[in-house]
Amino acid sequence: MAEIFWGVIWPVIVLAAATVAIVVPLLLAVAYLTYAERKIIAAMQLRQGPMFVGPYGLLQPIADGLKLFFKETVVPTRANKGVFVLAPMITFILALIGWAVIPFGDGLVLADINVGVLYLFAVSSLGVYGIVMAGWASNSRYAFLGALRSSAQMVSYEISMGLIIINVLMTAGSLNLSEIVRAQAEHGWYALWHFPMFMIFLVSIIAETNRLPFDLPEDEASLVTGYNVEYSSMTFALFFLGEYANMILMSAIATILFLGGWLPPLEMAPFTWIPGPVWFFLKVAAVLFVYIWARATLPRYRYDQLMRLGWKVFLPLSLAWIVLTSAVLVFLDLAP
Amino acid sequence: MTAALFVFYLLAFVTVAAAVMVIAARNPVHAVLFLILAFFNSAGLLILVGAELVGMLLIVVYVGAVAVLFLFVVMMLDINFVQLREGFLQYLPVGALVGLVLLVELIMVLGTRVVPTTAAAMPRAAPEGVTNAEALGRLLYTDYFYLFQAAGVVLLVAIVGAITLTLRHRPDARRQDIAAQVRRRPQDTLEVRKVRPRSGI
Repeated sequence: MAEIFWGVIWPVIVLAAATVAIVVPLLLAVAYLTYAERKIIAAMQLRQGPMFVGPYGLLQPIADGLKLFFKETVVPTRANKGVFVLAPMITFILALIGWAVIPFGDGLVLADINVGVLYLFAVSSLGVYGIVMAGWASNSRYAFLGALRSSAQMVSYEISMGLIIINVLMTAGSLNLSEIVRAQAEHGWYALWHFPMFMIFLVSIIAETNRLPFDLPEDEASLVTGYNVEYSSMTFALFFLGEYANMILMSAIATILFLGGWLPPLEMAPFTWIPGPVWFFLKVAAVLFVYIWARATLPRYRYDQLMRLGWKVFLPLSLAWIVLTSAVLVFLDLAP
Repeated sequence: MTAALFVFYLLAFVTVAAAVMVIAARNPVHAVLFLILAFFNSAGLLILVGAELVGMLLIVVYVGAVAVLFLFVVMMLDINFVQLREGFLQYLPVGALVGLVLLVELIMVLGTRVVPTTAAAMPRAAPEGVTNAEALGRLLYTDYFYLFQAAGVVLLVAIVGAITLTLRHRPDARRQDIAAQVRRRPQDTLEVRKVRPRSGI
């Protein structure tokens, strides 16, 4: 009996505790990301932002969450009920399971698997299903059009993202996310070596998560709000949470691949006093700020411009950079 | 081992059940969704035997790309379900014959093989001390290099073929020429005139 307890049940308990320890702060981070977004955009537009609920409006996200929680879920007539309810769940779950392989610090990772990068890539490539299913199951033209746009967009930008990731993998010589960060301790941050790719990656993650200026799927002016028009209360909240959790996840991926994960910017005294997870958090926050900054300052792209940027600019550029990187690695004998 | 066995039976059961639902589902979109579930669980089975790279690639390629296109096409089809059901009995003998041939072939293939019953006797996904990616890369880029390249060429031909089949040059379509927009200067398009009151240009 004790054998079964220590062999099977105890590891499950430990895993569950670790999962809760990741998911609860993540949900809080999502809630306060919406607050930060509103405050930053307000500051950029010389407004106040939320300021009535709690001191400085700090309880606003909690109030918003409660409001959504207590509303009624409306299912449209002739909607495909099963798929309609499944779609927001898929979006939300996919936004959470990616965090299983993210290293927050040296050794601070739930699942230190050898194919971590591929796992993240697989999870992000599944994100399109939640949106397509929502658009189809809603039995609404706006929702369906939004879903079609969104899936074309996500599939397009995934390709250039994959090619950019290949550059980092070749330089680091591993598919393990912790190993990639450790390789950057040796080589320096890849944002320096692969600077153009870092820029393209930043733009691609904004497009991949359907955020402004690439938020065509929910283009308010022409599609109402796209795939989630018919959703209300918690089902809508799950889409919303999923979108913001995806933003944080993508920022974390950018941090790990290009900004040296938990590493301090310089291996010197004042920087090394701050623990790794804090650096990780600060870097993720910096990338998230870019997201919000872009949203506040740039106008929305037209659909054909978006596709042109993905296929005719980013794809050839990242392919050319792969050739360059592999040539440098082979001919200078630097390949790991 | 018992935990692994439990996970195996769970994944295997869901795979088979989802595969049955693919052909049993009335709604084609549901059928594609069940197909995706089947892919997903087979990826889980691959990871369970230690072939993690192939499992992840199965999800990235089949679930992330191929099945999305399936879903796309099926969702946009306007299908009459009643018409789809007609002629079911008519095709039944042919379908049953194909199924029977496949079953016999499967039995013949599996009958000649010794299926390992213990975990130690099972083939390994990768040699000891080498990651999946490294093991696969060594095989692909040494022993099977020409076949690998040939597969790439076949894919390239498929891409070029698909593009030439669907690309139409429409002379009346309005396209954005970004180079022309950037090249444009104020003096090309603007003219400053002095307009006297009540006289027009």
